[in-house]
Amino acid sequence: MANTRPAPLNTGVPFLTKGTWVLIILAVSGISVLIARLFFGLSFVTNLDDQYPWGIWIAIDVATGVALAAGGFTTAFLAHVIHAHRYHALVRPALLTAMFGYTFAALGVCVDLGRYYNIWHVMLPSMWQGNSVLFEVGICVMMYVTVLYIEFLPIVCERFCGRVNLPGIFAKLNKPVDNLLHFLQRIMHKFISFFILAGVVLSCAHQSSLGSLMVIAPGKVHQLWHSPVLPLLFLLSAFASGLAMATFESLVAAKAFGLKPEIHILRRLGRFIPILLIVYFGAKLIDLVNRDVLPLLLENSVQSIMFWIEITVGIVAPTILLLSEKIRQNPATLLFSVSLVVFGIIINRVNVFIIAYKPLYADKIYVPAWTEVLLTVGFMSILILLYRTYVFIFPILEMEEQGSDV
Amino acid sequence: MTTRREFLKIAGVATTTMVLPAQASNGPHLDSERFGVLADLTLCIGCRKCEWACAGANELSSYPIEYYDDTCVFEKYRRPTTTEYTVVNRFPASETSVQTDAKVQCMHCEHPACVSACIVGALQKDPMGPVTYDADKCIGCRYCMVACTFQVPAYEYLNATTPQVRKCTLCSDKTLNGSGKPACVEICPREALTFGKRSELLKIAEQRIRRNPDRYIDHVYGEKEAGGTSWMMISGTDFKELKFPEVGDESPAVVTETIQHGIFRGFSGPLMLLGLLGATMKAMKKDPSDG
Repeated sequence: MANTRPAPLNTGVPFLTKGTWVLIILAVSGISVLIARLFFGLSFVTNLDDQYPWGIWIAIDVATGVALAAGGFTTAFLAHVIHAHRYHALVRPALLTAMFGYTFAALGVCVDLGRYYNIWHVMLPSMWQGNSVLFEVGICVMMYVTVLYIEFLPIVCERFCGRVNLPGIFAKLNKPVDNLLHFLQRIMHKFISFFILAGVVLSCAHQSSLGSLMVIAPGKVHQLWHSPVLPLLFLLSAFASGLAMATFESLVAAKAFGLKPEIHILRRLGRFIPILLIVYFGAKLIDLVNRDVLPLLLENSVQSIMFWIEITVGIVAPTILLLSEKIRQNPATLLFSVSLVVFGIIINRVNVFIIAYKPLYADKIYVPAWTEVLLTVGFMSILILLYRTYVFIFPILEMEEQGSDV
Repeated sequence: MTTRREFLKIAGVATTTMVLPAQASNGPHLDSERFGVLADLTLCIGCRKCEWACAGANELSSYPIEYYDDTCVFEKYRRPTTTEYTVVNRFPASETSVQTDAKVQCMHCEHPACVSACIVGALQKDPMGPVTYDADKCIGCRYCMVACTFQVPAYEYLNATTPQVRKCTLCSDKTLNGSGKPACVEICPREALTFGKRSELLKIAEQRIRRNPDRYIDHVYGEKEAGGTSWMMISGTDFKELKFPEVGDESPAVVTETIQHGIFRGFSGPLMLLGLLGATMKAMKKDPSDG
């Protein structure tokens, strides 16, 4: 096996491709929706009303986004907490996605907030509201975003220590900036373990609390999903989601950037996914039996159909597939299998926050406005563009060892 | 091998502490003298004067009183909005019930889910009864609307810069300092609405039902619903037919607060996890010199 180490992308793939342009157009469209929202209000760009106060910006941008960014803490746990060194290659890409994933989840919340300029109130101890599940989610996510940026610092140091070369008049600052980076590198070396641990704890806390959010509305959330153990189910599914997303990203990045898929790592990582899915599925099943709601599975409704899709396509199918060594060894079939897991997570979060939500006096059901969809798609596009930009600049992906440095 | 022994010790301590009983939530502090309103739906004639008085008192709109004579509004079931904190709905007589007019507004729960949900404490339960709202604190997340057991709060989606959550205030500007009754109670020509001490109102309600068992169904809506509410109703028609939600006797906030406090009280849960992970990190370090 060739020696590899993280390095800025050097496979000769151009930054701007047709796909990149499509993403740029989508990103700009999303931002125009954001501007329209700022000037004309939520009613102008959303289908939200008094019956449906939360739409896809909460269900997808926030709840799903956070679940899909779980690769950050799951890979950090594997590589740094239990020291399974072979997974090191996955840590940086997952960290980068988590960093941007959470940033955009937070931005998604801000767009949705009626008084976004008051978001800092959440940090004021005088306004802390310990009973509020949302407060717990908010404060945890804020802290975790900070931790993620701190965890990324060593990568910045590694890239630029001794190579600071600012343009024009800023050249004078080269030395001080370089000193600062060296200083940070020394400090970070000492404290990085703490931040990694804090990141895992904060993740477990808010991944589960996201599940507690809808527990407060028993009369409005369909019984197939409403359960006091929702926080546990969200946490368990986040574990599976994290590993599936790390695999998904690695395979897609390999394809997009012309790299060799890291199948020797991924097929080992893939063994854990069915185990986590079985634990999650078991917990879900026990909960359904416990609450005596199994008959609802046979109900003829959108909700029961969506529940079936969630468990068959999103849990059972990928579990069976990923138990096979042959399927895990082949990049194409592995990608297909983890895509099912990712799909299952998305469906689950959308189910809990939108499909299951039945307001008491709705005379119509909530369907997102095209502008809501556009903003969500736009934000995702910006996220992918940022990821692309960063792998070109920073040592994120594993490259084959080269003689000269970048 | 010391590190491994250490690890097991810490793990043991952590697990024992984790199974300690979680503390249940008691809800907000309430004054025993707290007030409320009793609505006797059998007396309501659907004149909608309360809607007019409410709009005036809260400066929501300035339609003349005649505007409210229009009975066409009864054709459609209405809910409170940002400019109507209270609305009256008419339910025609059926085989099992007489025609009933039913006023809808914030119930001012004793243990309100909206207050428990509010991320910054913009919504508060006053010990004397009203659930109050401070727009200056509000960040506009609308979790209160998701949480509300009775689906009452309305939001100013049209307002791009300073939208507010809107709902009945129980005229707290007057009722809290004792200078008056809620506007709807004051104007009601049939005295269908009674303002007073919640405990007294409960007695009145039970008395009326006991004295006139044919007139009323045996149910004071709001006595126990969602842990009890400041507004209570008695009626000749089943509340289900009047579109009042069937809710349990416990506030939904009890469950979420128990979960939250169970995990996060004193940050014990997260700190234990941190310790456990830290110990794991140390114990599993594959350092050859560590033996």
